Amino acid sequence: MPVQKRKKDLNIFGKLYIPEIVKGMALTLKSMFRPNVTLLYPEVRFDPPASYRGRPVLVQEPNGTGRCVACGLCARVCPALAIEVQAAETELEKERYPQKFEINMLRCIFCGFCEEVCPEEAIVMSKDYELVFANRNDAIYGKDKLLVPIDNLRARLEFLRKFK
Amino acid sequence: MPTLTVDGKQIEFKQGETVIEAARNAGIDIPHFCWHPSLSISGNCRVCLVEIEKMPKLAISCSTYAAEGMVVYTQSEKTLQARNAVMEFILVNHPLDCPICDEAGECKLQEYAYAHGKGESRFEEIKNRKEKRVQLGPHIKFDAERCISCSLCIRFSDEIARKNQLTFIKRGDKVTITTFPGESFDNSYTLNTVDICPVGALTNQDFRFKSRVWEMSKTNSVCVGCSRGCNTEVWVRNNQILRLTPRHNKDVNNYWMCDNGRLNTFKTVNTSNRIDGAFIRKEGMLQKASLEKAVLFAAKSLKEFKSGEIAFIGSAYATCEDNYALVKFAKMLSVTNLAFANHIIPGDQDDILIREDKTPNSLGAELVGIKSGPGSLNLEGILKGIREGKIKALYVMEDDPASLSDEFEEALGKLDLLIVHDTNQNRSTTLADIVFPASTFAEKNGTFVNFQGRVQRILPSVATAEMDRALDGMEMSRWDKFGTEFDRWNQGHKYDAKPSWKILTMLSLQLGSKMKYEMAEEIFSEIANSIDAFKGLDYDKIGELGAQLKIKQTILK
Repeated sequence: MPVQKRKKDLNIFGKLYIPEIVKGMALTLKSMFRPNVTLLYPEVRFDPPASYRGRPVLVQEPNGTGRCVACGLCARVCPALAIEVQAAETELEKERYPQKFEINMLRCIFCGFCEEVCPEEAIVMSKDYELVFANRNDAIYGKDKLLVPIDNLRARLEFLRKFK
Repeated sequence: MPTLTVDGKQIEFKQGETVIEAARNAGIDIPHFCWHPSLSISGNCRVCLVEIEKMPKLAISCSTYAAEGMVVYTQSEKTLQARNAVMEFILVNHPLDCPICDEAGECKLQEYAYAHGKGESRFEEIKNRKEKRVQLGPHIKFDAERCISCSLCIRFSDEIARKNQLTFIKRGDKVTITTFPGESFDNSYTLNTVDICPVGALTNQDFRFKSRVWEMSKTNSVCVGCSRGCNTEVWVRNNQILRLTPRHNKDVNNYWMCDNGRLNTFKTVNTSNRIDGAFIRKEGMLQKASLEKAVLFAAKSLKEFKSGEIAFIGSAYATCEDNYALVKFAKMLSVTNLAFANHIIPGDQDDILIREDKTPNSLGAELVGIKSGPGSLNLEGILKGIREGKIKALYVMEDDPASLSDEFEEALGKLDLLIVHDTNQNRSTTLADIVFPASTFAEKNGTFVNFQGRVQRILPSVATAEMDRALDGMEMSRWDKFGTEFDRWNQGHKYDAKPSWKILTMLSLQLGSKMKYEMAEEIFSEIANSIDAFKGLDYDKIGELGAQLKIKQTILK
């Protein structure tokens, strides 16, 4: 096998690494005078932009009803099988509503496919990123946790209208 | 045989066949809404338009008779253009209901719209509004907006159910379907219209909104509602049966099944009164016990009686395999008192499908040997024997003799030992000393013989505690494939039940016999080897559509 030669050997100056160290120190020095990006969590909390994909939630209209018609497309498209929907009949105009809507947050991978496929814009990704549970059962969020008033989700709905 | 050319392929046809039939027999599917192989031709949907050489205009393939030398194009530019135009026309007033429509996933309109639709609408006007929740008879809700006026349901009720109950009213885009004045859509076959409806206009009240079709697994089975034995598909999600639909078998039920069979036969599978585990009577109360314990106790108790004091009751609800195992078990104990009860509702029969014998396997039970021989007792003889004190122990498999008559119920109370296998609690199980949990038709392999002498297979669609969908080769939905024990959508209850033949095998081992069956198939091959009518058959030969037994016509009622 022929001996491979480096394209360019470092000269003695380069081998000492001094210029590189100086460059690095300069960057550090510069950063010391830039504004701080680290947040002192949990005293200071991150307010994500509208494009952020936090936990999926169900949109609740001002009159208290959900938008979801339990079509099951989110459950079908979910690559992690996190969503379970059981439909039932209602007297309201939309005919169907989810009697049961459960998202297993241990399965959810926050991909946002459910939001993308939803024909009613009923399931959207929220800004909520603080998910804590102590056992498997608590990780399954039912309608009580999923339904969120529409006023808290305006930014995301606006974002979807613009970019979806 | 005459031939015609479809899409460059030479196909043979029988004289009198239409182009769509000839193409279908050759495996070429021409889109259609209003055509059905078993109904008259209406030709109103126009979606089956095809280009035929030497014809001045496109022709609808459902009412154009195939002729020698005809050259048909089902995918030519002209044909596709016409089909797209027809689709656009039908979709003008069709609502965008797919997310809330039960038909979604098995909807012809959806499929053809996907294949031939433009993907967007040029229609800017407001769509027609019609009534969306019309109760059409006891089992059906009708959504007038979704209806594409193909008239299949009208023709079905007229030609197959032979009850002229439905009709079109109004004209143009206001046209809708209703019952004739004073009529209700209440014949015995109404739900077949839900199956043939190409859109979601007719929905099954019982199944409405229960599940999306792609969430369920479907398994071939046979209806247990009467001795017709209609071929069915069992749709299961989370180990629960959600609906039954008919499966095409031209020799038995064609495309149809009755409403009673469709709605009521599967309700006994997932219900609160299922027998879940074995029970032994202790201090006058039935108490839960392990199956092994119950088997030991039953074997010990049976040994205390002479063979002349024991009687067995088989069942026309049980499979041939179960009944054969019972016959063999009785032989092993030298018991000759063997009978089963018929469940006939005289007069409840028509010349379409419904039979007055309300059991799926009375012929099969008789053929495998559930009958009294010379010097032994039949069912009335057993009843008499119990009342006279000659019969002291009774073994009942998958039937409810106490419900036959008050005398029988009283007699059962007199017995020293009553052992019952059953699927659900009933009057006999409440009187029993030992109750074994039997699998239902949906939880086991086996065969039924219908009134025509046709042997047909049932397959397990619901898992019991001892079964595993993957290992037992059962049909699986996506949920079944990927579910774990932690997923709530995969925790449907599995009943602790076994097929009767399995319980009998366990019992016989305690009594020192050679019955060592592991699978229902082994029992069937033994039946095929020992009983002439079944000679040469096995599960593969029975297949999906069943096999005719070689029996004398006089046995057939």
